[in-house]
Amino acid sequence: MSNLVELVINGLSLGSIYALIALGFVVIFKATEVVNFAHGSMLMLGAYVIAATHGRIGFPAAVAAGLATAATVGLLIDRLLVSRLRRRSHTALAIVTIGVDIVLGAELARRVGTEVLNMGDPWLDHTWRVAGFTFPVSRLAAIAVALVLIVAFAALVRYTDWGVAMRAAAEDAEAASLMGIRLGRVSMVAWVVAGVLAAVAGLFLATFPSPGLSATASTTALRAFPAVVVGGMDSLSGAVVGGLVIGLAETLAAGYSEQLLFLGRGLGDVAPYAVMIAVLLWRPTGLFGTRELSRV
Amino acid sequence: MSDRLNRLMPKAGWVAAVIVLLALPLYVDGFWLSAGLVAMAAAVGAVGLTLLVGAAGQLSFAHAFFLAVGAYGYACFSGEPGAATLGLGLPPALGAALAIAVTGALGLAFSPVASRLRGIYLGVASLSLVFVGQHLLHNLTGVTGGFNGRDTPMFTLAGFDVTGSEPPVTVAGVPFGATERLWYLGLVALAGAGVIARNLLRGRTGRALRMVRDSEVAAAVLGVDVRRSKATAFVVSSMFAGAAGVLSALALDRVVPDYFGLLLSVEFLAMIVIGGLGSVGGAVTGAAFVTLLPIVLARYSGVLPLVADAGSGGVDAAVLARFCYGAAVVLVILIQPDGLAGLGRRLRARLGPAVPSLQEST
Repeated sequence: MSNLVELVINGLSLGSIYALIALGFVVIFKATEVVNFAHGSMLMLGAYVIAATHGRIGFPAAVAAGLATAATVGLLIDRLLVSRLRRRSHTALAIVTIGVDIVLGAELARRVGTEVLNMGDPWLDHTWRVAGFTFPVSRLAAIAVALVLIVAFAALVRYTDWGVAMRAAAEDAEAASLMGIRLGRVSMVAWVVAGVLAAVAGLFLATFPSPGLSATASTTALRAFPAVVVGGMDSLSGAVVGGLVIGLAETLAAGYSEQLLFLGRGLGDVAPYAVMIAVLLWRPTGLFGTRELSRV
Repeated sequence: MSDRLNRLMPKAGWVAAVIVLLALPLYVDGFWLSAGLVAMAAAVGAVGLTLLVGAAGQLSFAHAFFLAVGAYGYACFSGEPGAATLGLGLPPALGAALAIAVTGALGLAFSPVASRLRGIYLGVASLSLVFVGQHLLHNLTGVTGGFNGRDTPMFTLAGFDVTGSEPPVTVAGVPFGATERLWYLGLVALAGAGVIARNLLRGRTGRALRMVRDSEVAAAVLGVDVRRSKATAFVVSSMFAGAAGVLSALALDRVVPDYFGLLLSVEFLAMIVIGGLGSVGGAVTGAAFVTLLPIVLARYSGVLPLVADAGSGGVDAAVLARFCYGAAVVLVILIQPDGLAGLGRRLRARLGPAVPSLQEST
């Protein structure tokens, strides 16, 4: 039983990290209709900058640098590529981000190589013992930070001018633009926000209990895709729910791998994808996604 | 006179290309033939993917999975019975055909998901097949040999080794070993794939697919069964992938799970984008570019100034190749959406009179 409680908390913590990745992904999709396959590389870049600089400038400054770098890359992708490709098909836009991912991913994988980089975070491998349960402090920090960011993000979408503009653009880009909403600015902010969220997620994916930042981090980040799809690609609350579901599924499958051995080793790695297929068979646009209807 | 010349030119080009490809094993050494074989296998797969992504407009990452099914399927159907891994000992040609059929059947099994999902959802959902596939390949050790993979059974046709050297054959003083013989099998497969894909695209099916891509509603109004068309595209494309898997297994001599990862799917997407979405010739050219680039760079790494040795931590041939084709993908979408095929069409249009061409691209 104590095992289950610990697993659930760890699952929720992993899930909140996935939720951050998924939120960034969804906000880009809503604002610009781009499915950003370079999201994993943006996350990895942010984490890499933190890992590479914390020794010289200290952890807080390194985090700031990591967030800034990831946000800048998001901004560059938006300005240099996406803004030039408006009105092109979803597939063309998605493929451009795949191209970016190939280049960025290759360079990051080369730099990290076979090493496992230390993130220099203050939580180290400390654990918290509460009522007989043991929790890694870094995981609790992840939950706290994710919670703050999600609330801040929700406020951003709900109350700021940009949030209103973004929602209008997602509803009907043409009408929004006729009402004087600057779609370029909406898209720019979306990419910057997504970059920041991805970098934060990258930091927590590489802290304890994971050994550090290795070349496989971008594969881990890919598991946010099931989160996005489970929640529905155009739903912000869906991204959070999807992230938690996927995080729980992964942690539980890994935690009970002994009992589930008949399904093979490394079950935690595929559980997110299995959940995604199951949900898609049931609801083709995810749990909270808008069903696409076409009026003739 | 010049009119006639212009009509003959493309035909003459084809004949010349075929002669060169047929004669290549007489002049080129085994290293380049093996490289060419890998490229041919990739080309067969790329042609299949361009049907799905280019013509039907369905982004898919599942190609590596279907390639794996073809490769392992062949190894199972034609593998030696009684070995550590499952083998049914069927004749290789039958085994290859069955492997392709099984791949198609799996494509069909996934197509309820595929045909329900709108384009971009499918792209993300198809990621799952690659990872589930990796899990199965690593865990079903009795069938796949696990992490270390399994050997590809030899391909023989009526007592003639295609991937062996019995009975010995020597043409013009060149002994024809496994690589040379397999080269011709690859050529036949590539030609077959090209013809089938071309006919599909030019016929009723191709028109229906492009219609579905451009507007599902319009297609449905005109009597195209949208779900069925999407499912067809998915099944046909996975069968091409199965054939490509069999060929890669033969060309590589051994199948290992790690080869069929996400990177392979991404490479396939790069191939068809660089070649020009929806174009068969473009897919073949793109496949040659993406597969041969790292091999060429590695071969001449000593001469080329920018390329570091593999494993030195510098920019080695594999990384440089990924930079090149990643950048090529971005540039193609930005500047020349029809890819190399579109470039070729433009060149031809400038050189000769306007040839009415099939609208194949996005």
